[in-house]
Amino acid sequence: MLEYARWKYVLIAVLLAVALLFALPNMFGSNPALQLAHADHSPVTTAQAHEVGAYLTAQKIPYQSLYVQSGRLLVRFSDVSDQLRAHDAVNARYQDTYISALALVSRTPAWLRAIGLKPMPLGLDLRGGLDLLYQVDIRSAIGQLLQTYAQDAGRALAGAGIHTNGISVVTTSGSTLPNAVRIALAPQTNVSAARDALSRALQGLTVTTESQTDGTVLQATMSQAQVQQRENYAMDQSITTLRNRVNQLGVSEPIVQRQGNDRIDVQLPGIQNPAEAANLLGQVATLQFRLNDTENNALQAQQTGNVPLGDQLFTDTASGFPVLLKREVIATGDELTDATVGESTQGPAVNITLDSRAGENMLRTTKANVGKQMGVVLMTKHSVTSVVDGKKVISYVTKEKVINDATIQGVFADRFEITGLTLGEAQDLAILLRSGSLPAPIAQVGEQIIGPSLGRQNIKWGVTALIVGMIGVLAFMAIYYKVFGLVADLVLVANVVLLTALLSMMHASLSLPGIAGIILTVGIAVDANVLIYERIREELRKGVSPQAAIRAGFEKAFSAIADSNITTLIAGLVLWIFGTGAIRGFAVVLTLGIATSMFTSLMGSRALVTLMYGGRRKIARLHI
Amino acid sequence: MEFFSHQTNYPFMATRKVWYGLSIVLMITSITMLFTRGLNLAIDFTGGVSAEASFPVTADLAAVRTQLAAAGFHDAVVQNVGSSRQIGVRLPPEPGVKIQQIRARLDAALKAVNPGVSGISLSVVGPQVGSQLLSSAWWALAGTLALIFIYIAWRFHTWRLSLGAILAVLHDPILVLGFFAATQMSFDLNVVAAVLAVIGYSLNDTVVVFDRIRERFEGNRRLAPNVVLDQAINQTLSRTIMTKVVTSIVVVALLVLGGPVLRGFSAALLIGILAGTYSSIYISSAIALQCGLTAEHLFPTVRKTAVDHLP
Repeated sequence: MLEYARWKYVLIAVLLAVALLFALPNMFGSNPALQLAHADHSPVTTAQAHEVGAYLTAQKIPYQSLYVQSGRLLVRFSDVSDQLRAHDAVNARYQDTYISALALVSRTPAWLRAIGLKPMPLGLDLRGGLDLLYQVDIRSAIGQLLQTYAQDAGRALAGAGIHTNGISVVTTSGSTLPNAVRIALAPQTNVSAARDALSRALQGLTVTTESQTDGTVLQATMSQAQVQQRENYAMDQSITTLRNRVNQLGVSEPIVQRQGNDRIDVQLPGIQNPAEAANLLGQVATLQFRLNDTENNALQAQQTGNVPLGDQLFTDTASGFPVLLKREVIATGDELTDATVGESTQGPAVNITLDSRAGENMLRTTKANVGKQMGVVLMTKHSVTSVVDGKKVISYVTKEKVINDATIQGVFADRFEITGLTLGEAQDLAILLRSGSLPAPIAQVGEQIIGPSLGRQNIKWGVTALIVGMIGVLAFMAIYYKVFGLVADLVLVANVVLLTALLSMMHASLSLPGIAGIILTVGIAVDANVLIYERIREELRKGVSPQAAIRAGFEKAFSAIADSNITTLIAGLVLWIFGTGAIRGFAVVLTLGIATSMFTSLMGSRALVTLMYGGRRKIARLHI
Repeated sequence: MEFFSHQTNYPFMATRKVWYGLSIVLMITSITMLFTRGLNLAIDFTGGVSAEASFPVTADLAAVRTQLAAAGFHDAVVQNVGSSRQIGVRLPPEPGVKIQQIRARLDAALKAVNPGVSGISLSVVGPQVGSQLLSSAWWALAGTLALIFIYIAWRFHTWRLSLGAILAVLHDPILVLGFFAATQMSFDLNVVAAVLAVIGYSLNDTVVVFDRIRERFEGNRRLAPNVVLDQAINQTLSRTIMTKVVTSIVVVALLVLGGPVLRGFSAALLIGILAGTYSSIYISSAIALQCGLTAEHLFPTVRKTAVDHLP
């Protein structure tokens, strides 16, 4: 008699049922679709949806369904050519109204979606799209922080009446030199008083003294943890801003994620115009609201080249006229909380909202300056790669331009509007304003465009290989191990279901290497069964009774299965941790696949075999 | 159906010098290939541009080359992929030039050949990306080997088996790299993933053999180590071959049907699996034996200190 605990049967049954449910959404496939969204995030109304539907029908473009989901209009098509035709048609007619994006919408039935079950999203290599890789200049984020520290230090020392011969900032990316503020004290300064003042002003930094020939130098150093924290902040903030900009593009299911120490990977599925997308994402925009200098003549300043003290000369990009702006900044892009396109009595407008601190500042300024002009300066940084001494160096060039110059019509604080724009100008200005600023410059270091046809071809290749490989293995096992082979086959199928369920639960996106990982898992999962069956055959050869052979087979194979799988698991986990992109996708599948295959072959196949042979008192012969 | 209906009894240990010789020859050949021909590194590592485009008519490769040269792309590699209308273009990295500009120039050059051209895929990799990828791959390799060495030493109580496993496992990726150097197949990131997977997978076999060695020693500690090792390998032989046959079925399916993206990946896996089977049968245990493995190492006896119980 063979026995197997009842709770184990229950556990296996429950797990398999749950896994089937989670894996189910992947069975339905997906439809090509068009996603339409308003540039200013306002939701699409039902009336607008109907209008688009009527327009598509008039253009003789058939669609399957059309509905509004979380404020965006989704139109589903039965094939890609309809989708592309509709995309062109919609762009021709509604270019100013909607941002349209090609999307892939799952055909999962509503009841499954209602309980939150979704299929694995497809990676870019399987559905086509644009992949951009950015490098964040995290050193400059540290540099900015140190500049602030340097100013604080200068103020604190001046306040304590201590003279300095200069304050400098040291930034390094390596670990040999510190990230620090260095203060050269004037000779005969009270060093300990200076040290105290500095420690109070720069809390958390380590202050050290160095004696040099021309006096003492104080150095306030950031700890490794502080540097790390600042770098993480810069990365998180850059990711947030990039995500905001990506949302402006109206792409469906974009992915913006950190890759390694200082890289950000942006995946935009189904994007049509990679050039424009890359350009919009790569800009480092920061904004400043500044008053015009109305007392001096801008034209004269431009001609003579004599810019009045405290002013800066610009050319208004819209009118082409020279503009003199005061250097004082009323509000910056960091303080801007929202900018949307709206309607005013004077036509299209951009509605701006500032945070409370900038609002107070704005109130104070506008009270004193009604009727005067206020300009908006947009600073964009572009990365330029050059070669110095055979090494690639990325530097950043800042461009400043006045994107808007408007008259202050009344007193306002944290909410106001900019008018006198065309609709297109208002939309552009709102997008520029909203995209805010990045804490550190970013440079694009990689780009990949995968056409939608190649994506479909890749899916076909992957799925065909999976099916053929799977059938080959199932057939071979059935022939080689007969009844036990069929048990192994069931276990293998269960393993693929479990793996698919786990991946769907994690919402891991499926790429071509991921499919390869699933196929490889099928091959590897066989191994545990083979170990058990070979062991049973061995015991039978020794002349042991069938039931004893089964028991011994499972028991003796256990340590071999555990040890051998754990070593493969180690390799998979290291790949998971060190790998990026496609390698990581493969590693995730491989690691999870090993775990599920251990479960299915040790528990699942034992349960099945016990179910088949356990009840019988005598077994004449095992079909193995 | 069975491959081995009776217990085999091949003298693997007695003939180990022959297998060492074979392995050394294979490794020297591989390493020589690596140094003389080198790997055909994909743009994942070198940086540069790789693009595929489709023409409405048969693509005029000479015209494409001329236009690319006119657009300032030197050393462009242009060839047909898939059909006579589809071309693949590979360009070396251009430090100091922005990706957008490269894309625009490439686009204009192809349009000049035929305005009806449409892009299938494009990847541009900055030169700074590749070196970092390569270094992270090395770290992954070193990390894997170190962790596995520790795990085996812990589970089997002896570094001799760890060393055998690690040496056997190093042997496999070297052969895979040698194969890629010899055939000049494109060596991309997917291949790196495959090579690292091969390491994990080839260990799988080795550990199964080790497990049997432990079991044999447990049953009879007085047996000579070389006899035990032979027995362990022979007893697991049918399993080793069987598993490899099944895994090869899926890998061959990937190789033949998986498309060009996975071709290098599956080729690396196939070579790695074959090499792994060989090395776990012939090499890993032999090295442990060479290091003087005995039952004592697997089952260390706790030495009792003599305690005087007399009053």
